Amino acid sequence: MSSTILDDDLNAPERRLYWALADGWTVARRTLTHLVRQPGNIAWQLGFPIVSVLLFGYVFGSAMSVPGGGDYREYLMPGMFGMTMAMGFMNTAYAVVIDTTKGVTDRFRSMPMSPSAPVTGRGLADIVSAALDLVVLAVTALVIGWRSDGGFWATLAAFALLLWLRFALIWIGIWIGLLTPNEEAAGSLFAVAFPFAMISSVFVAPSQMPDWLGAIAAWNPVSSTVTAARELFGNPAALGDSWIEQHALLGAIVWPLVITLVFVPMAVHRFQRLSR
Amino acid sequence: MVYAFNAYIVPGSAKGTPLSTSSHAILAEGLQKRYGEKRALDGFDLAVPQGTVYGLLGPNGAGKTTAVRILASLVRLDGGRAEVAGFDVARDARKVRRRIGFTGQFTAVDEILTGRQNLRMFGRLFHLGSARAAARADELLEQFDLAEAADKGTKEYSGGMRRRLDLAASMILAPKVLFLDEPTTGLDPRGRNEVWTAVRSLVSGGTTVLLTTQYLDEADQLAGRVAVIDHGRVIADDTPAALKRRVGGDQLEVVLEEAVDLPVAVQAITRVASGEPEIDEELRRVAAPVERRVAALTDVARTLQDEGIGVEDIGLRRPTLDEVFLRLTGHKSEEITERTEVPA
Repeated sequence: MSSTILDDDLNAPERRLYWALADGWTVARRTLTHLVRQPGNIAWQLGFPIVSVLLFGYVFGSAMSVPGGGDYREYLMPGMFGMTMAMGFMNTAYAVVIDTTKGVTDRFRSMPMSPSAPVTGRGLADIVSAALDLVVLAVTALVIGWRSDGGFWATLAAFALLLWLRFALIWIGIWIGLLTPNEEAAGSLFAVAFPFAMISSVFVAPSQMPDWLGAIAAWNPVSSTVTAARELFGNPAALGDSWIEQHALLGAIVWPLVITLVFVPMAVHRFQRLSR
Repeated sequence: MVYAFNAYIVPGSAKGTPLSTSSHAILAEGLQKRYGEKRALDGFDLAVPQGTVYGLLGPNGAGKTTAVRILASLVRLDGGRAEVAGFDVARDARKVRRRIGFTGQFTAVDEILTGRQNLRMFGRLFHLGSARAAARADELLEQFDLAEAADKGTKEYSGGMRRRLDLAASMILAPKVLFLDEPTTGLDPRGRNEVWTAVRSLVSGGTTVLLTTQYLDEADQLAGRVAVIDHGRVIADDTPAALKRRVGGDQLEVVLEEAVDLPVAVQAITRVASGEPEIDEELRRVAAPVERRVAALTDVARTLQDEGIGVEDIGLRRPTLDEVFLRLTGHKSEEITERTEVPA
């Protein structure tokens, strides 16, 4: 190539948005290509929730009771959807750590691409793969007899709320990923993710826990999303008396919004610190 | 989209106005960078003429990596001024980024994607458009001798191959200036040779290269000029040969068969030497700087022969860059063979 390509049109305001989207999509496509090249990874990623479904649904399930009545497996499935979304921030964090430690982030930063693209691309790819996770989980759920009785739009709204939670957690994931020094340290994120997903209404109703733990579980953003999804699916929800449990739908909308508003600036700040 | 794009491809002319019309590809004046209490750069000056390979050499923590990262627009300056390919790195970072390639200490390629997929992705991110990105990827795979492995995941590549792919990704826009931060660290000798060959071919294509290295022979092999950095500033800046001369020119070195003959040899060498001889009894070695190189060699060789002294080895030797270091910085050169500095 003898001609040198000099300045493109990124500086023109009307083209800036175009390139922000186009570059974001290119970065997202990279992660989605990973899924195609390593389909086994999806299996690994879904292994945990699927094994949990079998363990809790069948091994413990017979001993579990849902307060207020209802089938435990019906109760459990929306919890599994929520847990997969909640633990998803680890995937985001892990991908960010790898890119930062292997120098890919620096390469992006040394290139004349849209500066927001590494972040938007990451987010877009994570949402698409989270949607795929939900499809696989929902099929698994259908196989073991779970049904949504909420009708088409309510069912769709429930899945949308689940993805809304996952979207908010992208920013926590990016922030944590930028804080994490190396791949090994990223492995220990499980210690944070596990209680975050478990101390919630995913497996059992907060009303069945000791009071103090039940209060934490009820106010966990994961609980609001899971409870709202249960109501929308028409599954047993085992609502407690607390205000937050009575307003699960509101919580499922507001919590992720709050998380996003808090963590986007924190993630951006961390990202900018890379050039210090 | 291709049409929209072509309007912005202006061969050989810049749309913006360069700050200066200097023929320097890189110009740094009084760069300052502080990390907490530590001054990573403290009045760093550098002028790299176009089309040359410049080596940055210095002990561990001297500021090499910080300097390169500032010049590649990755890290903000605290003070001073830097111009790369005619544009100010602080004010015109994007213009600089369209004219540089950056290869950091780690091979920054996606390990799951294939070589071809990597180059196509980076090509699209350089806003080439899909078709041109694909064509450019093929060209570069060919140029960097990766065509056969193009459709393998880069995880299967050898270290040298991955580094070459990394270089290829830096060359997508045929940059005017290429920054290489320790390009062969961690490679085996074969991989190192592969990368050296690739870098040489880039230079013959007119690219200016600034490379940091912890291997002295690498600077010797690749760089036309070397800047020696210590404590965040350039303390010497010259061709490798001139740097070596500065340390005392060529040395005449004699190794004897018997240590008892050392005094005779010392006497013979002192007569022709331009400096104090260095004596190593254990190695039965005498060495001293000489100016009239061949005459001195013949003179000493004849004297020793006439005296009937057994000589194991005799010859003229250029000082190594290790010796240059020791002289210029007062540090042992071992320090720079340690693993790299990473800004905190």
